[in-house]
Amino acid sequence: MSDHALAEPRVVYNDAVVKKFVVASLFWAIVAFLVGCYIAAELTWPALNLGLSFSNFGRLRPVHTSAAIFAFGGSALLGTSFYVVQRTCRARLFGGEALANFVFWGYQFFIVMAALSYVLGFSQSKEYAEPEWHLDLWLTVVWVCYLLIFLGTILKRSEPHIYVANWFYLAFIVTIAVLHIVNNAAIPISWYSAKSYSVYAGVQDALVQWWYGHNAVGFFLTAGFLGMMYYFIPKAAGRPVYSYRLSIVHFWTLIFLYIWAGPHHLHWTALPDWTQTVGMAFSIMLWMPSWGGMINGIMTLSGAWDKLRTDPGLRFSVTAVGFYGMSTFEGPVMSVREVNALSHYTDWTIGHVHSGALGWVAFIVFGSFYYLIPVLWNRKALYSVRLVAWHYWIATLGIVLYIVSMWVAGIMEGLMWRAYDKFGFLQYSFVESVVAIHPFFVIRLLGGVFFLIGGLMMVFNVFMTITSESTERPREPLIAPAMLAGA
Amino acid sequence: MPTKIEKDAISGQDTTGHEWDGLKELNTPLPKWWVYVFFACIAWAAGLCVLYPSIPYGRGYFHGLLGYSSRRNVDADVAKLVDQRKDSMDKIAAMPFDAIKADPALMEVALTSGRITFADNCQPCHGAGGGGNPGYPALAAGAWIWGGTLTDIQQTVTHGIRSADPDARNSAMPRFGADGTLKPAEIEAVADYVWATFYGHAEGKDVSAGAKIFAENCAACHGDQGQGNRDMGAPKLASKVHLYGDSREAIVHQVNLPRQGVMPNWGTRLSPGTIKAVSLYVHSLGGGE
Repeated sequence: MSDHALAEPRVVYNDAVVKKFVVASLFWAIVAFLVGCYIAAELTWPALNLGLSFSNFGRLRPVHTSAAIFAFGGSALLGTSFYVVQRTCRARLFGGEALANFVFWGYQFFIVMAALSYVLGFSQSKEYAEPEWHLDLWLTVVWVCYLLIFLGTILKRSEPHIYVANWFYLAFIVTIAVLHIVNNAAIPISWYSAKSYSVYAGVQDALVQWWYGHNAVGFFLTAGFLGMMYYFIPKAAGRPVYSYRLSIVHFWTLIFLYIWAGPHHLHWTALPDWTQTVGMAFSIMLWMPSWGGMINGIMTLSGAWDKLRTDPGLRFSVTAVGFYGMSTFEGPVMSVREVNALSHYTDWTIGHVHSGALGWVAFIVFGSFYYLIPVLWNRKALYSVRLVAWHYWIATLGIVLYIVSMWVAGIMEGLMWRAYDKFGFLQYSFVESVVAIHPFFVIRLLGGVFFLIGGLMMVFNVFMTITSESTERPREPLIAPAMLAGA
Repeated sequence: MPTKIEKDAISGQDTTGHEWDGLKELNTPLPKWWVYVFFACIAWAAGLCVLYPSIPYGRGYFHGLLGYSSRRNVDADVAKLVDQRKDSMDKIAAMPFDAIKADPALMEVALTSGRITFADNCQPCHGAGGGGNPGYPALAAGAWIWGGTLTDIQQTVTHGIRSADPDARNSAMPRFGADGTLKPAEIEAVADYVWATFYGHAEGKDVSAGAKIFAENCAACHGDQGQGNRDMGAPKLASKVHLYGDSREAIVHQVNLPRQGVMPNWGTRLSPGTIKAVSLYVHSLGGGE
């Protein structure tokens, strides 16, 4: 610790809410992985839909995506952002315990209600924005409270500068608020009905949706988790961040460029050609700003590479950054209209999303949590480091099986759909492409099951850690008189 | 907090002098390759915007130096394929079935076109290879409801069954139970008769009551031997293949409240040549007459 810390009053942080979010995040992780495996099995063997409306793929899929992104990822983001902002600002959370607890329970309530509504058949039919208007309004209230807490904590900080992790967290919180409100603008058919209609129509609606969808990826799944990376990687590595200048440049370029890239989700649709070109141009420019984060993450390890041998938690984080780099290269490639002509509507897209979601998002959470949990609960160490290593290898194998099988399946579908025979007729029917990719659907399911097993190992490890003996010292007074006197 | 710039021993870089919770930052300059690749990407993006439709203004947009239009391109691609198929498909559309069958080269084109047309349009209901599904007739089994010659098939595909097409094949089996023509006991009796006589489950039961009801109500369309009547689309009952399933319950259901299956009139979606090609394909599946 630096010497000035002794001279100043100790701040007692609100860690109770962080603990709640960590536990919730791990709970939702298992839900997301489990439902993911089940719907992967439904795609492979459709009889598993069971002929019931609520177990149908169409209703369970948003349960899976929302559980993974908003419940598992979101709880991890909210929890770690509260942890990081307090430490790097040396200030207790703004707004008191009640507000923080409202954000926790309000957010969990939103997730449960959203999942229930999907299963019962309510949906706006907007990908990643399925909840209907009343739930959207509720989330808006919760999110604004979250913003208040975060911003208030930054404003009352005792550090002169704002740490880079907080820039990313704040960009995530502000942009998600804007995206959520604009994309969900809808008119309910009645105040007593859950059904509403979007205020946008036709291709404008599609463009607003993918402006939202792409930036849910850009600001929820990228900027937020970059914030996590900027705290937990240097912490676990015990090294300074590689380049402050790079963090500034890649932050502002990322923020500015991401927001324009959405139209690449609508290549080869009714969206005008000029809008598609703009989306593609911004996606290509986005490559290096994305990689700025990867460089800063990986290069922070220079001088501490040996820790990868002994700290499998750090191995998770660094592998996460590697997958981040791979996905953010693959993304711009897929955004090129001619590449997209092959990849669009195929399972390649599904593989791309999962190399980001499993490889980057889940891995950076695992790495951060393996560091955070013993610190947060005042335990000497994790219950088992060997189990972390096992989790690492089984999850990595799962991801590799998942994305390789989806690459093969996706490229095969793309090629089969566009193949013509010597007479000029389509060579394959759609159903023949479905039959052809069936083995890869089985491999994908296997990859998912591996990932789920890894997740269960983690939950067990975390449970054993939390229930082990505490190393917490008796609570010190808020301001130690001896310290003040000594200063 | 005092700003304290330190030199990092490992990288040789200065820190920025700030510290948060023990975290510091190096002041490493931007990697050169990163900057150059970033500029190259910007140049590429700018190039795309010059060459392709990109910048909107007022009610229009800049069309780009290449004059690219995805809509025009797809029109050209489709036109090229149509052109490639034109000779053969025109011949198939114009020639009678017998003449097409006599020309092996043309027949190869017809069956190729028919196969893919069937797989993308007909297979979801009729099953791969025309194997049929409950409610969707098996095409390979020879159990034709409306006829299995090439022209019968062509007629059915073009105009559909109970579709909106004025020339559609139309018939409606009366709702004997739902409309009260037959009492429940009579329906059970006639089901017993059909089950025993045509479905082969005699089991020594006396079905004479059902036989009488059948003769009075059903035989007019389905024939006294259950042989069916294609002019009315009345299925053959004395068959191994039954449209709505092989069970006594299915018979009761059908007599009580018959289902009236609909087949679309594909003439609105497929060209006459393509319909002839798919008719030849269906005819070749094993049930053609």
